[in-house]
Amino acid sequence: MIDQSKIRNFCIVAHIDHGKSTLADRIIEKTGLLTSREMQSQVLDNMDLERERGITIKSQAVRIIYNAQDGEEYIFNLIDTPGHVDFTYEVSRSLAACDGAILVVDAAQGIEAQTLANVYLALDHDLEVFPVINKIDLPSARPDFVVNEIEDVIGIEAQDAPRISAKTGENIEDVLEAIVHKLPAPTGDPSAPLQALIFDSLYDSYKGVIVFCRIKEGTIKPGMTMLMMATGAKAEVVEVGYFGAGQFIPCDELPAGMVGYITASLKNVKDTRVGDTVTDANRPCAEPLPGYKKVNPMVYCGLYPADSAKYPDLRDALEKLQLNDASLQFEPETSVALGFGFRCGFLGLLHLEIIQERLEREYNLDLVTTAPGVIYKVHKTDGEVIDLTNPSNLPDPSEIEYMEEPFVCAEIMVTSEFIGSIMDLCQERRGVYISMEYIEETRAVLKYDLPLNEIIYDFFDALKSRSRGYASFDYEMKGYVRSDLVKLDILINREPVDALSFIVFAGTAYERGRRMCERLKEEIPRHLFEIPIQAAVGSKIIARETVKAVRKDVLAKCYGGDISRKKKLLEKQKEGKKRMRQVGNVEIPQEAFMSVLKLDEGK
Amino acid sequence: MELYIHIPFCVRKCAYCDFLSAPADQDTIGRYMECLEKQLVGQAASFQEKVIDTVFIGGGTPTILCIEQLSRLLAAVQEHFVLAAGAEITVEANPGTITTGKARALAQGGVNRVSLGLQSTSERELRLLGRIHTYDDFLRSYGLVREAGIRNVNVDLMSALPGQTIASYEKTLHQVLSLHPEHISAYSLIIEEGTPFYERYRADEKLRDAGKEPQVLPSEESERAMYELTGALLADYGYERYEISNYAKAGFACRHNIGYWTGEEYLGLGLGASSYIEETRFCNTSELRAYLEEDFTPREVQHLSKNDRMAEFFYLGLRMTAGVAKADFVRRFGLSAEAVYGDVLKDLTAQELLTDTGTHYRLTPFGRDVSNQVLYRFL
Repeated sequence: MIDQSKIRNFCIVAHIDHGKSTLADRIIEKTGLLTSREMQSQVLDNMDLERERGITIKSQAVRIIYNAQDGEEYIFNLIDTPGHVDFTYEVSRSLAACDGAILVVDAAQGIEAQTLANVYLALDHDLEVFPVINKIDLPSARPDFVVNEIEDVIGIEAQDAPRISAKTGENIEDVLEAIVHKLPAPTGDPSAPLQALIFDSLYDSYKGVIVFCRIKEGTIKPGMTMLMMATGAKAEVVEVGYFGAGQFIPCDELPAGMVGYITASLKNVKDTRVGDTVTDANRPCAEPLPGYKKVNPMVYCGLYPADSAKYPDLRDALEKLQLNDASLQFEPETSVALGFGFRCGFLGLLHLEIIQERLEREYNLDLVTTAPGVIYKVHKTDGEVIDLTNPSNLPDPSEIEYMEEPFVCAEIMVTSEFIGSIMDLCQERRGVYISMEYIEETRAVLKYDLPLNEIIYDFFDALKSRSRGYASFDYEMKGYVRSDLVKLDILINREPVDALSFIVFAGTAYERGRRMCERLKEEIPRHLFEIPIQAAVGSKIIARETVKAVRKDVLAKCYGGDISRKKKLLEKQKEGKKRMRQVGNVEIPQEAFMSVLKLDEGK
Repeated sequence: MELYIHIPFCVRKCAYCDFLSAPADQDTIGRYMECLEKQLVGQAASFQEKVIDTVFIGGGTPTILCIEQLSRLLAAVQEHFVLAAGAEITVEANPGTITTGKARALAQGGVNRVSLGLQSTSERELRLLGRIHTYDDFLRSYGLVREAGIRNVNVDLMSALPGQTIASYEKTLHQVLSLHPEHISAYSLIIEEGTPFYERYRADEKLRDAGKEPQVLPSEESERAMYELTGALLADYGYERYEISNYAKAGFACRHNIGYWTGEEYLGLGLGASSYIEETRFCNTSELRAYLEEDFTPREVQHLSKNDRMAEFFYLGLRMTAGVAKADFVRRFGLSAEAVYGDVLKDLTAQELLTDTGTHYRLTPFGRDVSNQVLYRFL
């Protein structure tokens, strides 16, 4: 039996670059992978088998064994948390799987925006938090100052905080001891009805869906029929186990208080939503754990294969990614300019970028991505309400009663010197001021309602640059608000290019149209003829630029010694054309379809 | 078959030059000439059944060699290769490196064509280019070549130079035309990577390529005006533009260079020299040290497939004003050009980039100005 008092479930929270990953690495290094009992059993053999099959787990969680100074053997479950606003919900579920958190603060930098945001998030989840002062090896380190700062600003005790260097390994033992003494052991009754929190899941082609969970009550073991309370999916438990460093370590059972994995005959991660509660179908718990939300995509864009012959490959790749990522959605669509592709839904822009990169790297696909947009609600005159994810599907203006766009409640934490510039930014993005509260003398929390449309592109970057990296930002969906929206069309050589259309606030349509034309003028190469680029709302042209015709493109010289080299130049020219999309008789580079994202650059 | 011999030495590297050439000491040049002769003798043995129609000794500056070296090289060519009667034998020469003795040695060694690199008659432009000579130096050299009895002289000129005006270019053309050379090569400046010009003017060139106004380089309009002026003025003086940048009086088109554009075989001797033999392209080492160690193994060997050769037929052949003959294509590849490039030819003709004369395909004046956009279509 596992002694619950010898388990510690925790995560590490920090501002970016304060040394979170380095500390995690040191902790794993200074501890063991297996308990002394496991070392004598068959576990290692199983692990070799796993290795042969090439199964590796993502480093979302790891179980390690620590022999403490009190002579006891402790089980540490270190749970990693994703660090981006797109995954706020995933972060909150990971935190809910922990009992405590280590707060890492840079001894030279002190408390920064994300330090606060993260520590408050941890405290919100009732986690016990103890601070660690890192990077004491830096010449600019001032640990005493930082200790006082932590006590003053956050209000947690920090006098005996371990002062360490994760880089050199100095005083890491202190951190391990603090985990034992300062963080609580889990509670929960192993004989109660099963109640386990899913904080992640992944699809493995050998094992099927692997569910990452924290057992809150009861015990789970192979042979049980488990029930996912929100999705209603049922499956027989095939295997349970722990997370080794890079391996799965099977075991007989996972009792209350433990963190581990479950495999069952499930083929799709859609059945195992993050935040859902797993229980025993034959002896269910009274109610699910609090906090479950179905996460819906907030940002949509079109993904098209650069080579239209790769359409089936793109579909296969998306299907495979979806096995592992329940929040990714896609459905087929066609574009006049881009051919066959998919309209895909993402949690946010980072999520979009991650998926795009995985498709390109892991599946070797060359993609054309259209401008991301949010879901608009179109109220038609006949009473019908459409969720609009693709601007091309906007009904004729005469059929539209009014439109709504999604708003978020945004909380921006910022030091007082930048309040002015951040308020300007929110104003520019059509933000509605709600409130401002000082949390201490020099730090305030600004609350704004902002259109989601205005923050999905580059709000985060703008925020960072206008606060010298100091502002932190979090948001949650508020709901839909009626808004004056129009569709901005782009005509290239007098032909509308559907993939370049986007929905825009009427008040900024002129400005956006003008910049879009300017941007496209830079992106579209010169052709043998002049190309007008126009922005239009309805039938009204609101901006125009012209790409001048090529006057001269010639190799003055090509003799015997040059032939191979000059041929390479021509081949490069030909390759360049291949990466373009033909619209009418104009070749448009793939990058141009993302132009709308860069409208604010170099402003 | 044609023969190309590379002399990779010059007095000083010009600021725009990306040729394989550099200044060197007498000892290095001497050792190079020994290796070159060894390669020449060795290669000649394998090509005894081939008749050499043209020889081109290029550089660098071949006339940097002393009289003995020049004579010995020319003698070796005559002795070891089988030269056709009336073979065209060209030597490139740089004004300022030619003496009465050298000019005579060339003529005596069988050279019947000399190509002089003038580039411009403006002293300012010559200095900017990093040339080692003045216009007067050129005039003296030109005189010496003529006195030695060379009846076929080419003058190299450059247009679209930084700061060059149409007026200054026109003056260069007039001054050169007054000498009545048989052949003129007039190139628009290419800003080549790895040259001082690239560092200085690349940004400006990018501006121009993007359709914007450059700062120092002539604008697109001026550049084109210079090109058109060259064609028009030279036509008045009886020169025909027979290739994008080459002009000749009747009967004086450079046979050697035409060979490059019509798929003739050629053997390259010397550092970095390229060859095209039996449908295979290859070149010598570009490392002087390796060459001086007599490493003559072919590099970058590339066998051309039938597709490659058909593409080259067009993208090299279309450089010539006459264009490419449909009958030649059929003769060489056993099928019609239309069967292979039907869609491309149709499209290019429809865009008025190409003219179908019935017997030939040739670039229109517009097609010639944007020839890269035409030529890549055949790849």
